[in-house]
Amino acid sequence: MASMSFEESLRQLEFIVEELEKGDLPLEEALKLFEKGVELARFCYNKLDEVKRKVEILVKEGEQLIPRPFEEEENGS
Amino acid sequence: MSELTSQIRDLLEGEFPEVLVEGEVSNLRIPLSGHVFFTLKDPKSQLKAVIFKTQTRFLKFVLENGQHVLCWGRISVYEPKGEYRLIVDYLEPKGLGALQLAFEQLKKKLEAEGLFDPSHKKPLPLLPQRIGIVTSPKGAVIKDMLKVLKRRFENLHILIYPVRVQGEGAAEEIAEAIDYLGKSGLVDVIIVARGGGSIEDLWAFNEEIVVRSIFRCPVPVISAIGHETDYTISDFVADLRAPTPSAAAEMVVKQKEDLREKINLLHKRLFNAIKHILTLKEERLKRLEKNLKDPRKKLKDLFRHTINAEKRLIQNMLFIIERNSQRLNVSCKLLLTHTPKRRCELLRDKLFSLTSRLKKGIILQIKTKENNLQFLAGKLNDVSPLTILSRGYSITWLLPHNVLVKDAAQVSIGDRVRVVLAKGELECLVKGKSE
Repeated sequence: MASMSFEESLRQLEFIVEELEKGDLPLEEALKLFEKGVELARFCYNKLDEVKRKVEILVKEGEQLIPRPFEEEENGS
Repeated sequence: MSELTSQIRDLLEGEFPEVLVEGEVSNLRIPLSGHVFFTLKDPKSQLKAVIFKTQTRFLKFVLENGQHVLCWGRISVYEPKGEYRLIVDYLEPKGLGALQLAFEQLKKKLEAEGLFDPSHKKPLPLLPQRIGIVTSPKGAVIKDMLKVLKRRFENLHILIYPVRVQGEGAAEEIAEAIDYLGKSGLVDVIIVARGGGSIEDLWAFNEEIVVRSIFRCPVPVISAIGHETDYTISDFVADLRAPTPSAAAEMVVKQKEDLREKINLLHKRLFNAIKHILTLKEERLKRLEKNLKDPRKKLKDLFRHTINAEKRLIQNMLFIIERNSQRLNVSCKLLLTHTPKRRCELLRDKLFSLTSRLKKGIILQIKTKENNLQFLAGKLNDVSPLTILSRGYSITWLLPHNVLVKDAAQVSIGDRVRVVLAKGELECLVKGKSE
């Protein structure tokens, strides 16, 4: 799962939901799919929140560009 | 003041009820109202102009900045702003502006090279997390974009590559920034942004160096240059064109928000689906359970059922027997009363009675007849001529024909007659007669 991409996880989650919504699965299979679905949803949520909100600006230091926090307040407000 | 403005308006409107003006279109703006606002300019002066929405249908071409146009209209004053402006009734192009011409030329060239081909357009990442913004770090544009990004609370990593967006060297800086971010691997998507302005202001984004850097960028590029009505060549080559910088920020955030919503929905559907399945299974189980009975109870039921049936059967049979025996009794009685023995007796009695009555009748008949006969015989005797004769009377017959004589006239003297007496007869000769 860890190696799976967000896209692939989402696709699988969609597939599982559609399968479950057909409603004619044997109970054990349904429960297994459900578990997998919950896991995939959690994975997707984690991916969504993986990145923290951050605003940076690239600043030239010598020949290099270094990301520095961007002070929004200083600029134009 | 209003009065003065009003007077000025009357003056201008009275003086210029119909004008023909030639100039280059710039600062073209078409807000939601649908009216077309622009500035007509020539090397020396500018004239604000408006085409009201009702008149826009007479435009046979798409009005663009830089176009050299001839306008027919009248001068009026927009009192709230104290501005005079040209109200255009009709307008037609007159050659192209210089920049516009350059624009058209480059556009044509790059189009021929296939730079705008949709097949080159990269889709935006499904989950944009790190966003590179190439723009001026100063001014309203970056501020507005960050405001949008902040307002929506999505966790995004924003990396600004500061550049000059107009003036000498701007195009080179922009191209360099796009190249750098594209290769850096730091971002999922790049937004190239600049606020609105004249065609000259936006010119850097019409430079070939910028357009080509966008084209070769391995990361999807969103162009967000000027207002919605402004088009640069960068817009044509970008993977996606946002109408404004804020709109570009919205697009990225929305993409992520939509994803979150989608996952929320899937999550909900997942739980609903399993709940539904469990409910279905449970209902089915309950149904089956209800149908599943203890066999002993079933046997008991059957037994009871059998006994009941048996009881009913016996009752029915008894009832039938009873009813039939009653009917038999009645029939027997009827039969006995109608026995032929009795009838025979009756018939015999009747026969006897009839026989005896017959005998008696006959005897009576005979007696009656006998009596009658005696009576009649007596009576016959009384009237018998013999009886009369015995009393002294006689009967006279005229001979030879034996005709009974009742009158003397029948007989002539000399005739012979036979006289019958009670005892014997006489033959006489008539000697006389009296009448």
